[in-house]
Amino acid sequence: MKKRVKPSLFRAVVTLPAIIYCLGLILLPILYVFFLSFLTSDSYGGYTYDFTLNNYVEIFEPTYIVMFLKSSAIALLVTFLTLLISYPFAIFLMDKTEKKQNFLIKLVMIPFLTNSLIRTFGWVILLRKNGLINTGLMSTGLISSPLALMYNTFGIVIGLTYTLLPFMILPVYSAVSKVDRNLISAAKDLGASKWKVFKEVYLPLTLSGAFNGSLMVFIPAIGYFFIADILGGGKVMIIGDLIRNQFLSARNWPFGAALSIFLLLFTLLLLKLYRKIGGRLDELGGGI
Amino acid sequence: MRKIRRKKHFYLRNLFIILVFVFLFLPIAVLVLYSFNTSKMNILFEGFTVEWYAKLFENANLIDAFKNTIIIAVISTIVSTILGTLSAIGLKKYNFPGKGFIDKLIYIPIVMPEIVLGIALLSGFTLVKLKLGLFSVLLSHIAFSVPFVITSVRSSLDTLPKDFEEAAEDLGAGKFKTLFYVTLPLLKPGIVSGALLAFTLSLDDVIISFFTAGPGTNTLPLYIYSVIKTGITPDVNALTTLMLVATSVILTVSALYQTRKLRKL
Repeated sequence: MKKRVKPSLFRAVVTLPAIIYCLGLILLPILYVFFLSFLTSDSYGGYTYDFTLNNYVEIFEPTYIVMFLKSSAIALLVTFLTLLISYPFAIFLMDKTEKKQNFLIKLVMIPFLTNSLIRTFGWVILLRKNGLINTGLMSTGLISSPLALMYNTFGIVIGLTYTLLPFMILPVYSAVSKVDRNLISAAKDLGASKWKVFKEVYLPLTLSGAFNGSLMVFIPAIGYFFIADILGGGKVMIIGDLIRNQFLSARNWPFGAALSIFLLLFTLLLLKLYRKIGGRLDELGGGI
Repeated sequence: MRKIRRKKHFYLRNLFIILVFVFLFLPIAVLVLYSFNTSKMNILFEGFTVEWYAKLFENANLIDAFKNTIIIAVISTIVSTILGTLSAIGLKKYNFPGKGFIDKLIYIPIVMPEIVLGIALLSGFTLVKLKLGLFSVLLSHIAFSVPFVITSVRSSLDTLPKDFEEAAEDLGAGKFKTLFYVTLPLLKPGIVSGALLAFTLSLDDVIISFFTAGPGTNTLPLYIYSVIKTGITPDVNALTTLMLVATSVILTVSALYQTRKLRKL
């Protein structure tokens, strides 16, 4: 008689990894940050165990509020730009055969195989004062002096839009490809203009996909400090810069922790909204 | 007349798609181009050379960073693929106390700002007094990859016909035997795409490594961050080009292999 494995052992093998992973690598670290956010920092880069709410109060200082608004405005603009590119891209892709679609969507992911920091440097070569775009435009005589394409908000917006575009394309494409083609032909047969087809058919049916992508773009867009550093030249600070500085240069961990918790709560709020409009958690990131 | 207009629309649509790809590949194309540049600065293209591909191997720091990056990417892919696959199966099949909570928590790293995850992990590591270094970076990469593997495997699990597993068990196969011979082979597409995603995310990561590496640890993004202010030399471009060629070849081969297998079915 063959010995059969007890089902409870199997059960442990498939359920314990999830539990250990969640508790050890997600919950425990977040709870510790939460704890840190109530401590008091001393002036030597450490902290004392005097519990306080001051770190949270400090978040609402006018200088920080202005920065949050600016960073959020940049992130919103980037989200809008990626939406503006992804929708026509996904809809136009529908004309292609399934095989071609699969290939092209895989191609969208290829840039990720090169580290995003290196790709950001690729933009430096293109955008800087004596970069490829400026020298190209000047040699054609279109401009007489170089344009300021980086070390400003413009550079940050380009860098973020570029880096985050695939995160919008994937969920939007996945949602658009699920729209029943018959609905589109019906709308067209009934004389709907292209804009109307988009507004009345595509948009309502792909809303959760668009929101999914917007989450995946907006949230990193307020945190990707390296893009703001390199293409913004440190002139424009985004929320990610502020948090990083608290941990690395200012060494005020409790305030950095409070900022992190604040950002996390904001993310959870957006996530709740996403689920309210019918989004599914397991589709986050686009069902790639 | 209408046909001509249609055709024009067709070309315009294709043009748009092409432009999007130009945008996505432009900085990479520039990096590749400048890997053949005789000038030491990545500013003007002065002449063609392949010397950077040889000089690359003299830059010990860069080679070291490359090695660490690949080691971390490979190990974190293997570990997170195993963890993620088991978790996806476990969460689908079993109920346990706190499952509802775990089931939500597991998706948080996908949306949570990377910087917050990086800081949380850094704080967690200091709490348990884990020395920051390659191992902490590895753990962190596993931490952000697992949820992506789970979502990928889960989409395969949802389409999995239940009768196969039941048939195997009716015929006397134990749970583990069913897992290895029935469930896992059927889940292969989801597992493979999850693993590829984990590998890609690990290669692409900057922020999480930035916080969890600690001083003196050398991986590619950290090396590049340290030299980017003074200017990147073309040996980095050369390495990037080689990596891009290698990963593209691997991807193409695996894609061809999969379609050939599909055809055989």
